[in-house]
Amino acid sequence: MIARPSLADREDVLGGMMLAPALAYVILLVGVPFVFAILLGFSNATAGSLSFGWAGLDNYRAILSDPIFLRALRNSVVVTIGSQVLVVVLATAAAQVFRATFRGKSFARFVLLLPWAVPVSLAAIAWTWIFDSTFSVIKQAWRIFPFATVIVLAGLSSIPQEVVEAAIVDGAGFWRRLFRVELPLLLPVLAVAVLFGVVYTATDLGVVYILTGGGPANTTHVLPTLAFQRGILGADLGQGAAIAVFLLPFLIVVAIAMLRLAHRTEVGGAR
Amino acid sequence: MAGIEIRSLRKHFGDLHAVDGVDLSIRDGELLVLLGSSGSGKTTLLRMIAGLERPTSGEIYIGGQRVDGDVPPRARGIAMVFQSYALYPHRTVFQNIAFPLEAARLPRKQIDEKVRWAADMFSISRYLDRYPRQLSGGERQRVALCRALVRDPKVFLLDEPLANLDAKLRHTARDDLKRFQRQIQTTTVYVTHDQVEAMGLGDRIVVMERGKVRQVGTPQEVYEEPVDTFVATFVGQPPMNLVEASDPSLPPGTLMGFRPEQFLPRGVFGAGEDLRAFRFSVRRVEYLGSDRYVYGSVAESSTPDATIIAKLPGTIALSIPEGQTQEFAVPRRALRYFDAATGLRRRA
Amino acid sequence: MKRVALYGAALGFTVFAGFPFYWMLITAFKQNRDLYVGATDLSHIPWIFNDPPTLEHVKLLLWQTDFPRWVLNTLVVVVAVVVITVAVAVPAGYSLARLVGRWGERLGMGIFFTYLIPPTLLFVPFSRLVSLLGLQNSLGALILIYPTMTIPFSTWLVMGFLRSVPWDIEEQAMIDGYSRLAVILKVAPRLIVPGILTVVVFSFTLVLQEFVYALTFISSVNKMTVSLGVPIALVRGDVYHWGALMAAALFTSIPLAIIYNAFIDRFIQGFTMGAVKG
Repeated sequence: MIARPSLADREDVLGGMMLAPALAYVILLVGVPFVFAILLGFSNATAGSLSFGWAGLDNYRAILSDPIFLRALRNSVVVTIGSQVLVVVLATAAAQVFRATFRGKSFARFVLLLPWAVPVSLAAIAWTWIFDSTFSVIKQAWRIFPFATVIVLAGLSSIPQEVVEAAIVDGAGFWRRLFRVELPLLLPVLAVAVLFGVVYTATDLGVVYILTGGGPANTTHVLPTLAFQRGILGADLGQGAAIAVFLLPFLIVVAIAMLRLAHRTEVGGAR
Repeated sequence: MAGIEIRSLRKHFGDLHAVDGVDLSIRDGELLVLLGSSGSGKTTLLRMIAGLERPTSGEIYIGGQRVDGDVPPRARGIAMVFQSYALYPHRTVFQNIAFPLEAARLPRKQIDEKVRWAADMFSISRYLDRYPRQLSGGERQRVALCRALVRDPKVFLLDEPLANLDAKLRHTARDDLKRFQRQIQTTTVYVTHDQVEAMGLGDRIVVMERGKVRQVGTPQEVYEEPVDTFVATFVGQPPMNLVEASDPSLPPGTLMGFRPEQFLPRGVFGAGEDLRAFRFSVRRVEYLGSDRYVYGSVAESSTPDATIIAKLPGTIALSIPEGQTQEFAVPRRALRYFDAATGLRRRA
Repeated sequence: MKRVALYGAALGFTVFAGFPFYWMLITAFKQNRDLYVGATDLSHIPWIFNDPPTLEHVKLLLWQTDFPRWVLNTLVVVVAVVVITVAVAVPAGYSLARLVGRWGERLGMGIFFTYLIPPTLLFVPFSRLVSLLGLQNSLGALILIYPTMTIPFSTWLVMGFLRSVPWDIEEQAMIDGYSRLAVILKVAPRLIVPGILTVVVFSFTLVLQEFVYALTFISSVNKMTVSLGVPIALVRGDVYHWGALMAAALFTSIPLAIIYNAFIDRFIQGFTMGAVKG
């Protein structure tokens, strides 16, 4: 009756085997290239040759004294922050509307989600047709706010109803309720929406590439388009990588914020 | 048929010592109840016996064979019923009950016979073609028991199997369970947080708290001779009264414990009884039909504000006016003494 | 009064979100004459059909461009990426949620964070890798690279999904006589089906949306995917076939939007790391 322990019962062995392909994929195709990208930033590698010379901080020195890069950096920051401010305002307002019940809500919700569902490149080309100019900020906000709205809506529905009702009973009006009760409770969820919004906006290449291609005269570049132009089209891998590395601070801030957030939610939600 | 031996068993989840050194020997054929509140470690202990949780250290023997470590659940000769019943939702009742037999690769005909025999025993033969979602809670519970029974296990492990039933059904289900267990005489470990259930079902009760066993004994022993104040207040509803009385006959720092149903108006007792009397100031009386609960405090206590409860059976018709002080008493044989500092029982 | 404000606000958001689609719609079916007179004739109203609608742009798109080819390419990549993602991420998610114990959560979070590494940082090394493997200008490059985006998030989705599924059915099966492996092979799949479906949809939509890597690795028009071909190859120099462009955008967007609408709540649960029950 008592069976000998067999491989089919070893959770650690099975677990390792099932995890291995994913880990391998992530390490080989994300981890290694990631490290490589950072190393490339310190090299003079070009696309044509396989030579790989150490260039120290040359690439960084070059781009930091390059007005086009500085312009692109500024554009990135402006577009990211500007569009996220718009997103937060729009999403909070839209969530207030869409939590109510009204006729035609499901259709309205469907339309609301359209911008998020459309491939970035196709949406961008539609915008060039309609507005024919450099509306990056509004375009990015338009694209991301539906996503943020749904997150905020989900957050709103997870606020215990009693808390809101208690505020009503205590005589709090709409605005007081919104700013004193709901928004503070929504903060973690709103933060998630913003963090993803930042990642999507700061790293997006499609919108600017299609809307303006970086022109006229390289004035509308953002970091991703410039990195693409220098690294892929211009074949200067080192400089392309160095430009892309300037995206890292965004990423690190996001990762830390997410960790803290996850830790905060973990307190209430242990198994 | 088999007993279970547990030796200095521990299970740590990081800093949390869910089971913190348990020694227990479960006799062949008995129904042992693990009683404790949530977080007491009772379920973790059960899951270690089942093999669903690996002990951090310690030994488990089922029927004399050591099973801790690498013996997988299926090889331990156990059957388990979960609180949720864990019926396979996509299988009919018949297929649910047949599952362990199919896993053991029994021939079709034998499976068929066994399932029908077990279904008969729990009178669920009518439902064999239904799916779990088409059954009521009580029916699901019986299907789960049925599935456990067909395995011919050496040991039954039951994790709060009645918790999801409504109060009315729970009574009959408890009775069914007890009769069934007496009939098949298989060693059974039963986990519950409900002390009434524990008292009603168990041949013996194990009271657990924070990963440790506080007391093992028959329902009567646990109720009447609690080993410490935890057991005294955990078992019994309302809990045992504890009074720190300044009494010259007792060593200082002694708690006096007595059950609410022993604490009655002085006049109820006969003249020959050896009584300990208290001046009981009645705060409030709760009428519950069969009983009255009287809430108040005793002047003899060194913490005079502490609430003391008396439970008067409906047969005592005396009027107890709220807000007045009356003489109440406890027979001395019903008094239990505890060390105020350690909470441990003191034999006076 | 309050209702009026509510409907007004709802209408406002709907128009803001939907206006470009309306514009796509009428552009796709307008006659060229109707499309290109706006600037010169002030009495011309741009947002209605002034002439009867036409299918000429749709015909142009379907018969005279590479659009059908791009759809086919996209489908090839989608199927391959979905298969790879499900095969790799589902077992990994299960392992993290059920098998590897206390490290699962942290490891899962580590894998999830790789999803946040921007493509713009990785495409330079990837372009080297792709040329090293001789995959330049081939769909193989996309099939190799896209899973770097789908696997981390999908693993996280499956893990999060499984945390909401009680363990008892699987444990019961182990007690009833199955080995751990048999449980994984015979009992678990049925429990994870909704999670797998979410992964499929996520991978599918991601591949349809992706632009950066496609732009980096694909140069011939007949190897392009929809999201690359439409904005890049439908534009010849300065000649924009607006009608056909908008028709293509529309055809791609609507199915995606429908799928998204059905699955958005699941994704949101993943994005918010369980901070929100969707």
